Amino acid sequence: MVSDLKSRGRVMRPAAARSCILPLMTLTAELERICGPAGIVTDEHALRTYESDGLLQYAVKPGVVVLPESAGQVAQIVRACAEAGVPWVARGAGSGLSGGAVPVEDGVLIGLNRLRRIVEVDLDNQRVVVEPGVTNVEVSAAVAPTHFYPPDPSSQVVCSIGGNVAENSGGAHCFKYGFTTNYVTGLEVVLSDGEVVTLGGKEPDLPGYDLVGAFVGSEGTLGIATKITLRVIPRPQAVETLVAFYESTAAAGDAVSEIVSSGLVPAAMEMMDRLTIGAVEDAVNAGYRRDAGAALLVELDGSEAECAAALDAVRAICDRAAATEIRVATDAAEQALIWQARKAAFAAMGRISPNYYVQDSVIPRTRLAEVLARIDELAAEHDLRVANVFHAGDGNLHPLVLYDGAKPGEAERAEELAGLIVTTCVDAGGSITGEHGVGLDKKRYMPRMFGEADLDAFQRLRCAFDPAALANPGKVMPTPRLCGEVPGPYRRHPLEAAGRAERF
Amino acid sequence: MKVTATRTERPASYRRAASLLAECAESGARVRVRGGGTKLGWGRVVPDPDVELSTAALVRVVEHNAGDMTAVLQAGVPLARAQETFAAAGQMLALDPPDDGATVGGVVATGDSGPLRHRYGAPRDLVLGVTAALTSGEVVRAGGKVIKNVAGYDLSKLLAGSFGTLALITEVAVRLHPLPAATATAVFASSDPDALAGAAASLTHAALESQSLDVRWSGGEGAVLARFTGRTAADQAAAAARTAGGEVVEDDDELWASQRAAQRGAVVVRVSGLQSQLPSAVAAAEGLGGSLVGRAALGLWWVSLPDADAAAIRSLRERLAPFACVVLDAPDALRAEVDPWGVDEPSVLTRRVRERFDPHGVLNRGVFV
Repeated sequence: MVSDLKSRGRVMRPAAARSCILPLMTLTAELERICGPAGIVTDEHALRTYESDGLLQYAVKPGVVVLPESAGQVAQIVRACAEAGVPWVARGAGSGLSGGAVPVEDGVLIGLNRLRRIVEVDLDNQRVVVEPGVTNVEVSAAVAPTHFYPPDPSSQVVCSIGGNVAENSGGAHCFKYGFTTNYVTGLEVVLSDGEVVTLGGKEPDLPGYDLVGAFVGSEGTLGIATKITLRVIPRPQAVETLVAFYESTAAAGDAVSEIVSSGLVPAAMEMMDRLTIGAVEDAVNAGYRRDAGAALLVELDGSEAECAAALDAVRAICDRAAATEIRVATDAAEQALIWQARKAAFAAMGRISPNYYVQDSVIPRTRLAEVLARIDELAAEHDLRVANVFHAGDGNLHPLVLYDGAKPGEAERAEELAGLIVTTCVDAGGSITGEHGVGLDKKRYMPRMFGEADLDAFQRLRCAFDPAALANPGKVMPTPRLCGEVPGPYRRHPLEAAGRAERF
Repeated sequence: MKVTATRTERPASYRRAASLLAECAESGARVRVRGGGTKLGWGRVVPDPDVELSTAALVRVVEHNAGDMTAVLQAGVPLARAQETFAAAGQMLALDPPDDGATVGGVVATGDSGPLRHRYGAPRDLVLGVTAALTSGEVVRAGGKVIKNVAGYDLSKLLAGSFGTLALITEVAVRLHPLPAATATAVFASSDPDALAGAAASLTHAALESQSLDVRWSGGEGAVLARFTGRTAADQAAAAARTAGGEVVEDDDELWASQRAAQRGAVVVRVSGLQSQLPSAVAAAEGLGGSLVGRAALGLWWVSLPDADAAAIRSLRERLAPFACVVLDAPDALRAEVDPWGVDEPSVLTRRVRERFDPHGVLNRGVFV
């Protein structure tokens, strides 16, 4: 992620984009008929505000932006696009970090922020039904104080549930509580032909394929979720938060391994290295030790009795792993301060570097020390600094490659280094992305994880939902793929011909 | 239940499984997929297949990464054997459906689950990655083997619960959890369905963290069971017992074994309900002379109706409408008379997904919705 707009480099033009100026003019009139003049953006200047998501290095000006206010309007918009053969991209809060909501040139950008209704709060059944533009924190707020919605990406104050569904967002607490996909039970989806379908519901295990599971994390390429049913859970009785300081990330990593292998399941385990601690302290002054090589944040929750017992156990382990200091938050304000530092980590990088790239790779947790050592080596080879902040429990690294875009060649070196870090993580048995998504930014790394046949299998799902490839084309897949006809001819079994059996 | 087949194949490699499937697609043969053979009687009654494709030769625990709490298992590994392996390291795969020789692949393909579902989710929530053989002859992989990963479409979830109608699952990567140090269960017994539902609701919404939270009802008597784990399991169970007015059982393995066992029987219907509707589910089971077990907080119940005929199934469905009532265990004749899924027509999207993955309709044709 480049933190400075002016230093923006390349402008991506997704290969799947087509020239469709003429149909776009007719289509724009139709979109205005659907949403009214206040629901359409065509002004050149205003269109520019939609050209990027949270990853500013990619920018494409959309042909038109449309801002529907209801699911019905979304369906009409998508149907109109299908009839005109114009591709579209759905956008929530625009806070994504993989370029997943970058528009298609001369395509339609569908902004969903105006679909902000909390449709239903059914606490008796632990369900909330919301429209996609509702923010992540609004869901927890709607069920407070007795219940909460666990997935908590750092951007939770602004990011939308629709975007969370598209990206299968995680957050600091997913080591214990899981991801968005573990909390979505039902969806109303507008398919790319404008048809509205209901997948899943409030109830578990409905007969049929788990199309909710297939849809969550599909990065806007299978359709637009216009209504989302979420599971919420009771708020735990007690929460304990501590920070342990270590000489090195390796030592802190040992503590993490010890905690996990002792059978404890903390709600969160987050780590920051020396560089990150310095930046964060400059920014929020949360009282982290600047002389420490690593800070390990551990949060425990559950019943009061279990939480207290677990806290003792964690303190003992952190001590044994040679923590230089352990601080346990004594009240909610101290807990909040500890978290404020962690959640400010990305933004604080601006204090120590003009620009930075954020990566989102995952490794098996046991390979942590070795991979961090390799990242240090690579950074030295490229004469760049890498700050490390990560979800230590689940091995999700966020290496921040620091550089100065104003210095010739440094942006390119940073990009190369970031790529090598991704490669290192995949080679260690990990993944190119843990929670930010593939989008535009990481699709070039997809062949590192998946072979041609695997990518073809992904495409089978894509084609079942969106055979015309109008939904967010050019994302996720490393190279554009088309949907052929369903292979056939299908041979009718004699029993079917005789009416004794069906195909399904 | 007829389980004879013209020809049984036990491929020892994923490649071989895929080429067998491709041959079947070429010749228009019908394939039945078989794991442990414990749930072959689920789904619609279909004619005997031409080929039975068994995972009996795919029985390797490929990886057990104890430090990472993950494992990679071939589909034919019996769940019980996998659990033994993990238990040696103080770990478990948090899936406890009724077992009797079920394989990991079979449990994932049918989406079957037990009391641990309350905290850990269904198979779809524990599978990190999948390798599968397609009828195109390809072996494909999706997901990964780390506990957090959003690269590519989540085909693991699509295949979990798809009853072998999209691909043959040949291998799964799973997340493991620590085996609890100790357990204790708070039991609230009552013969009043409303009191039972009240206890279930108060335990579900209390700020207590149970590992399992079940209900059962049989012969006019019922109970809510909340199992706690960890260093303070007994204390937690005592607190829960105070909340609901029940008693604590520390030696609780038997209690839970019988909850699991009651999910199978001569005629068993799985109801996808809502937790607040427990009293209607109990009333429906009781009214038809049956019994019920299930997950209190999930609204997922198994109604056992040993002597049910088609009229009883229809009556259950009417009483519990609009909840889906899926007939799992039942004699062939009954499953032929009442559609086990209770679904008239597959949705357009279901049909399109099926056609993209298995265009020739080779795999378990006719079995699923």
